[in-house]
Amino acid sequence: MSEQFEPVIVGFLCNWCSYRAADLAGTARIHYAPNMRPIRVMCSGRIDPQFVLKALREGADGVMIAGCHPGECHYVSGNIKALRRFILLKAMLRQFGVEEARVQLVWASASEGIILAAKVNKMTEEIRALGPLNWQETVLGGNNGYKVAQAALVPEEV
Amino acid sequence: MKKFAYFPGCSLEKLAQSYNNSSVETTRLLGVELQELEDWNCCGATTYFHVDQLLAYTLVARNLAMAEKEGLDLVAPCSACYKNAYFTNKYIKEDPDLAEHINYALEEDDLQFNGTINVHHVIEIFVNEIGVEKIKSKITNPLEGLRVAPYYGCQIVRPKHNGTDAENPHFFEELVSAMGADTVDYPERLRCCGASLIMTSRHAALNMVRTLLQSAVDCETNVIATACPLCQVNLECYQPQVNEEFGTNFNMPVLYFTQLLGLAMGLPPKKVGIGSELVSAAPIFDKYLKRTVR
Amino acid sequence: MSEEQKHPEQNERVGVYICHCGTNIANVVDVEDVAEWAGKQPNVEIAREYKFMCSSLGQDLIEEDIREKGLTRVVVSSCSPHMHEKTFRTACERGGLNPFLFEMANIREHDSWITNDKVAATQKAKALTNAAIERVVHHQPLEQLPVEINPNTLVVGGGIAGITAALELANGGHHVYLVEREPSIGGHMAQLDKTFPTLDCSACILTPKMVDAGQHPNITLLTWSEVEKVDGYIGNFTVSVRKKARYINEDHCTGCGICIEKCPFKVIDDVFEVGMGERKVVYRPFPQAVPKFPVIDKENCVYFQRGKCKACQIFCPTEPNSIDFEQEDEILSISVGNIILATGFQLFDTAKIPQYGYGRLPNVFTSLEFERMVNASGPTDGKIVLRDKQTEPKTVAIIHCVGSRDENYHKYCSKICCMYSLKFAHLVHERIPDADVYNCYIDMRTPGKGYEEFYHRLLEEGTHFIRGKVAEVTNAARIPEEKGKLIVQVEDTLIGRQRRIPVDMVLLSPAMEAQPDSKEISQLFKMGCDFDGFFTERHPKLDPVATMTEGIFIAGACQGPKDVPDSVAQGAAASARVAGLINIGTVMMEPVRASINQDDCSGCRICNNMCPYNAIIFHEDRHVSEVITALCQGCGTCVAACPSGIISGAHFTNIQLLSQIEGILWDVRPAKEKVPA
Repeated sequence: MSEQFEPVIVGFLCNWCSYRAADLAGTARIHYAPNMRPIRVMCSGRIDPQFVLKALREGADGVMIAGCHPGECHYVSGNIKALRRFILLKAMLRQFGVEEARVQLVWASASEGIILAAKVNKMTEEIRALGPLNWQETVLGGNNGYKVAQAALVPEEV
Repeated sequence: MKKFAYFPGCSLEKLAQSYNNSSVETTRLLGVELQELEDWNCCGATTYFHVDQLLAYTLVARNLAMAEKEGLDLVAPCSACYKNAYFTNKYIKEDPDLAEHINYALEEDDLQFNGTINVHHVIEIFVNEIGVEKIKSKITNPLEGLRVAPYYGCQIVRPKHNGTDAENPHFFEELVSAMGADTVDYPERLRCCGASLIMTSRHAALNMVRTLLQSAVDCETNVIATACPLCQVNLECYQPQVNEEFGTNFNMPVLYFTQLLGLAMGLPPKKVGIGSELVSAAPIFDKYLKRTVR
Repeated sequence: MSEEQKHPEQNERVGVYICHCGTNIANVVDVEDVAEWAGKQPNVEIAREYKFMCSSLGQDLIEEDIREKGLTRVVVSSCSPHMHEKTFRTACERGGLNPFLFEMANIREHDSWITNDKVAATQKAKALTNAAIERVVHHQPLEQLPVEINPNTLVVGGGIAGITAALELANGGHHVYLVEREPSIGGHMAQLDKTFPTLDCSACILTPKMVDAGQHPNITLLTWSEVEKVDGYIGNFTVSVRKKARYINEDHCTGCGICIEKCPFKVIDDVFEVGMGERKVVYRPFPQAVPKFPVIDKENCVYFQRGKCKACQIFCPTEPNSIDFEQEDEILSISVGNIILATGFQLFDTAKIPQYGYGRLPNVFTSLEFERMVNASGPTDGKIVLRDKQTEPKTVAIIHCVGSRDENYHKYCSKICCMYSLKFAHLVHERIPDADVYNCYIDMRTPGKGYEEFYHRLLEEGTHFIRGKVAEVTNAARIPEEKGKLIVQVEDTLIGRQRRIPVDMVLLSPAMEAQPDSKEISQLFKMGCDFDGFFTERHPKLDPVATMTEGIFIAGACQGPKDVPDSVAQGAAASARVAGLINIGTVMMEPVRASINQDDCSGCRICNNMCPYNAIIFHEDRHVSEVITALCQGCGTCVAACPSGIISGAHFTNIQLLSQIEGILWDVRPAKEKVPA
């Protein structure tokens, strides 16, 4: 029996909006992919890009960063800072050869359980289609030199 | 001289020749060249989009692609052509999937459309590119005392686009004032002329035309100015039918705004296609223009 | 090496408790398996599963284990920490453990309730539990921060919600500063004629409250004033209020009104009379204004503009003279413990919908204009007349939902418009008995005590109700009967026909919308507002008057469209919340705060601009940055930004989060030695 690949996604959810959105999705018994494993932070602005890299390095196939909608941050503008870091991080991951879909930033307010659930489903499917990340091979070991070099050859707009 | 790719559209070939001539002549006098696209094709008009959307987009995209090849923005004098070109351009820019489909078809013709140009209605060229002030300075025979009703029709303002105020636009009024004419505060200026409904639901369409004409008469209009060949046809050619159907007695001249502008700029009436109307504009010209057009 | 990395982690004794939550968790997650597995993890002293961990027996279990097995850390895998984190922290505390040496894994909302897949759910439960175990060993004992509450309160906005909040607190013996930007308190309610559905006179019920607020010994009334700056945090806000110059000395003025009488100049009153009437240049917005002191409108005052007149000063009978042309704006600094925002609403600008003709067609009126018109003390002495101020309309159309329930403007239902539109219909019937009134509505929404009954009353009064959104109001007549009338073009969806209704007068019922500066207000007070500009409550159902910022409460229409009774209820509710805090005297704050290791800080100042609360100061002398703990709200943005990693966010430290990441990926981690953090 060939088993379907189940990606592991680490979710960094801000305490005020997206963690509550995930709570609400549960309370409303919305069924969605159990592949996202949430970690609570007070604000998406607390998410150090290192955490994302750490998760990928430790075996996650994807990372979801979730915060309050722009303008609705509990801490005024932490989510905007998260967005800035995310954009820079994306540019870096591209050079590593990590596909764009693997690290996603989403906004979900405390009332948007259904939206968060849909986003988790969508992301799970996208990563399922990409297959395991396999950081060791992709970025560090094996023929990583090839992939990194290839990524470097393609001029990318940032 | 600023140059645009000019897409006259089918109507302007024959029925609305006067619109075509007057547009080209007036823009030239105002320092804008309308360079007609070679080998343009029909825009799909009002009907084709409902038959096959993708093919209709492709039809329009071919014209856009040819304009893009010239490196020129596209100008259409007909409101329907304009609307089709405007929205096709917008959708292709927004939807890479649609663009891919269309470009696949355009390849047959060695064409490709990348969405780098903009689409304008000819009235926008006068209002935005040339500007009312410049037009004013070129008026030699102001249409003083002529009461002109600016009739927008629906498609140059709707659906909402280009940031124009769809419910309360005023650029046509400004243009009419620039000609020196009296602008009629025409309440039905945005209402539909009936368009192709005349084919399918004659009575309803005639009733719509009647409403527009009645309102113009009530506002003591001398002439209705239009910016669309279909509006012009519905308003002018169907007046006898309206009169017959509703027992009215309309005899309202309907001219293209470019014709009026041409006259105001001193062009000979013939050059702007005056003389081929079904409802003669001669009485007005006798009254208001004779003293200026010698 | 920072403090946290030196922390020992290998010899903690962790107690792990897996909750069944009845069947809520146990039906999907194999709790026995998770518990057994958890018991084998490093550092875990004991792992148990139990039916209801939050029950007193479950909590006892934790307490006993702490005492008997010497647990140094506790993990509970159950529901959301937003539900029971406090419960279990308290249990730990009772057992003698610092409550912050506890961590919770959410295996209900985030796991058992979102899937039926038992294998996946059990795997996820293990991951979440393991993450908590690996995190908790790095926890540090923390103490909650006690904050004393200043018993004074600031209420911003002197409408009915603000007045109610201020009076409730003042009557309870607490001092209140009531700030209002207009010259008088009263707000929109003071402009209304009657209130639905009881039709009692708005002024009659409002003015006694205004007078109470104006005379209350516990209320400092600051009208013609605006808040400029807010510093501090719950318990200790320092607020700067700009008291705009009235050019009237309030100490001497008796409010006799002779200056108003003698002022030779009139201007259109755009605020209180919404352009329907005039006022003098030195004016009180309305006769019953509180405070009674007038204001000189500097922009229009002939003395200020041209240097002569001074009629008001010449005729002022007080000794010394109360008119003070030299008066300047004053900045007051006030200290308060809590703030209630009751900044109200504005009405949607109906000119934004040009097809309804407001501003173009003279006999199209807005609701507030009509309110002033029907008000006996209003510009027409209560007579319903057209813009010419003499013709009585025989037919009136009232258009509901102008700017609300409309994709182009506001999607939300503005809640009060149906009711006040019905009230208008009633007032027209009452004043002009033979008039025809057409109410064009989308849906009739009358939820409220006595509201539906009011609707039925209107049905019996003979109002014509047309269900349909009005397309256009025009003066373009098509048939002789329409000549000289306003024609309302509407699809009557109940009979399925387009109708053109010729009327004499059209009333537009515009949506309530947020104040134009609500975004700035929310930034000033550092709390949130939604896309429509309404302030965001802490919880839409269970905490409607608190905000996400401690010590800041909201009441009335600044939170969303609301009628008078709802605004009053919220005003009172907000004051009850504040009174509770004042009575306790101190609040405990989460110790989730950032701190900068002063020895290691390189003084790069990157963190300085990160802080949304300006809680990070830079010591020029020592060239290091420091977090003011009292101002820090604990978001951690600076922690993530510090390039040297020497800012520590208590309870969300790097090592805690990195360990949590490792723990959550227990089953997929590459086989190798642990990567140093």
